[in-house]
Amino acid sequence: MKADQLGVPVSSKSIQGIVDRKAEIDLVFDATSAEDHFRHAKVFAELGMLAIDLTPARVGKMCVPAVNLEDCLATGNVNMVSCGGQASIPIAFAIAQANPKIDYIETVSSIASRSAGPATRINLDEYLDTTEEGIASFSRCEHAKAILNLNPAQPCVHMQTTILAGIKNPDVEKTRAAVATMVKKLQEYVPGYQMILAPMVENNRLAVMVRVEGRGDYLPTYAGNLDIINCAAIAMAEAYARKMGETGRKETR
Amino acid sequence: MQTQQIIVTDPTLRDGSHACSHQITAEQIRRYATAAEAAKVDYVEVGHGNGLGASSLQVGFSLIPEREMLEIARSCLKTSGLSVHVMPGFATAKREIAQALEIGVDLFRVGSHCTEADLTQRHISYVRNAGKEAWGILMMIHMASKEMLLEESKKMQSYGAQGIVLMDSAGASFPQDVTEKIGLLTQRLDVPVGFHAHDNLGLSIANSLAALQAGARIVDGTARGFGAGAGNAPLELLIAVMQRQGYKFNADLYKVLDAAELASQLFAENLPNSNSVTIVSGLAGVFSGFAKPVQRAAKQLGVDPRDVFFELGRRKVVGGQEDLILEVASELARPKGQIHSPKP
Repeated sequence: MKADQLGVPVSSKSIQGIVDRKAEIDLVFDATSAEDHFRHAKVFAELGMLAIDLTPARVGKMCVPAVNLEDCLATGNVNMVSCGGQASIPIAFAIAQANPKIDYIETVSSIASRSAGPATRINLDEYLDTTEEGIASFSRCEHAKAILNLNPAQPCVHMQTTILAGIKNPDVEKTRAAVATMVKKLQEYVPGYQMILAPMVENNRLAVMVRVEGRGDYLPTYAGNLDIINCAAIAMAEAYARKMGETGRKETR
Repeated sequence: MQTQQIIVTDPTLRDGSHACSHQITAEQIRRYATAAEAAKVDYVEVGHGNGLGASSLQVGFSLIPEREMLEIARSCLKTSGLSVHVMPGFATAKREIAQALEIGVDLFRVGSHCTEADLTQRHISYVRNAGKEAWGILMMIHMASKEMLLEESKKMQSYGAQGIVLMDSAGASFPQDVTEKIGLLTQRLDVPVGFHAHDNLGLSIANSLAALQAGARIVDGTARGFGAGAGNAPLELLIAVMQRQGYKFNADLYKVLDAAELASQLFAENLPNSNSVTIVSGLAGVFSGFAKPVQRAAKQLGVDPRDVFFELGRRKVVGGQEDLILEVASELARPKGQIHSPKP
């Protein structure tokens, strides 16, 4: 109703609402469910619409803007992995840049219970699968694991993610520099992203911890998990828009 | 004389994983499972301390693969059932539960933090659809009211759980709490209710007895208390007390005592005991499984493990959030200058 009052077109006809307005739409954010996105992806492809998929469907290329935004511009459907993936993959990538070989990598996220709706809860297994696949491919380490904890504490806890890596003789100084650079890059599109534990070695594991504070525009600030994937999707959409703008200008010349 | 038969579950080879930093050997599983079978406990639970799929850098890697642990136990058990602990967020249905089904696990105890029962829906259904028994487990029950526990256990019952077990994971409950919580559940649920104790405040047997008196029909105990923190309710004491109180159960007292003697030898180096860290864990209401990692991190960073526990308790951490130990210990160390974080 609020969107309608602001003059934003709304529809109760699901995907048909998009089809009906196809002439006005260049790009679609799909935040439905993995099952639905499999169907929707075909429709978007036929209509020539760019699709940014916020479900764990993984139809298109996995996109983490701080790492591979440019590589994704050539494709018409990108997948935003998961909230835990958006928080941890850039760090895993930085660790991989600083060390020749990662034997094992793991990401553990804790989110506030109140920020996890019914779909997140029922799709927990898909979240783990998708996040593991994302972290494995971006860190070039085939042994990866994802863990998710829900914490009901009041006041609600901010989203927090720990990246743990098994590396023989890790280069901690080089890792610290690579991670610090990556954190800055992320902060360009996720302002509330912060490192709370700099890379350190404990009990034969390299550990890094980050916290994501949401912007609090609409969702509460503790829901950093929802903010980070939205911020990543927007960063991708803006990159598409810049690209369309450039090609558009070229065509008019 | 009590009329209801009590189901005795023995998670020595699962909760004990915490006590030895997840280094249970194939030989220990073989020998203890054989003794538990002889003692006629109803279920023997085996695996990583945090359950299926929990072998990780976060909680600690198991010494041997999950498949091997379960296969060895399976080969030793004939009349006692084989049970596993499952925490959604660590274990997935298609990976770990499917493998356990294939190995022939009889009972899946699917657990969540005591306020998050809806996380277990898919996993409980998956087990029930495969024709096996599933119970719902609510952990860290000192963190929820009896009304909340009833609501959450009703959800699990609606997903198909055939029993509900309340776990006092931090060993922070008192007999009066247990009486009220178990009492309400036994009155209002259709399925049997159980209790799983930890001894951090020295109340594991008193709490287990309170649960039985309030109508619990399932009770967990481990040989010599081999489990997280200060350990669980020692099975041999539990059976002795139940026998004296006239409860009916399948387990054989002498054989349970023998299994406890065996556990004394098998796990000699890691038998839990009450110490300043486990007492503080109970007072702070923090998951008993944190004891070893807290001691390790506190030592490396030069902080008092008791301060780490109280800070973790203040933050209301739940089982599975072991990574926060490192953050809290680092934070406590910072003012004293032991660790410096580079400027971002």
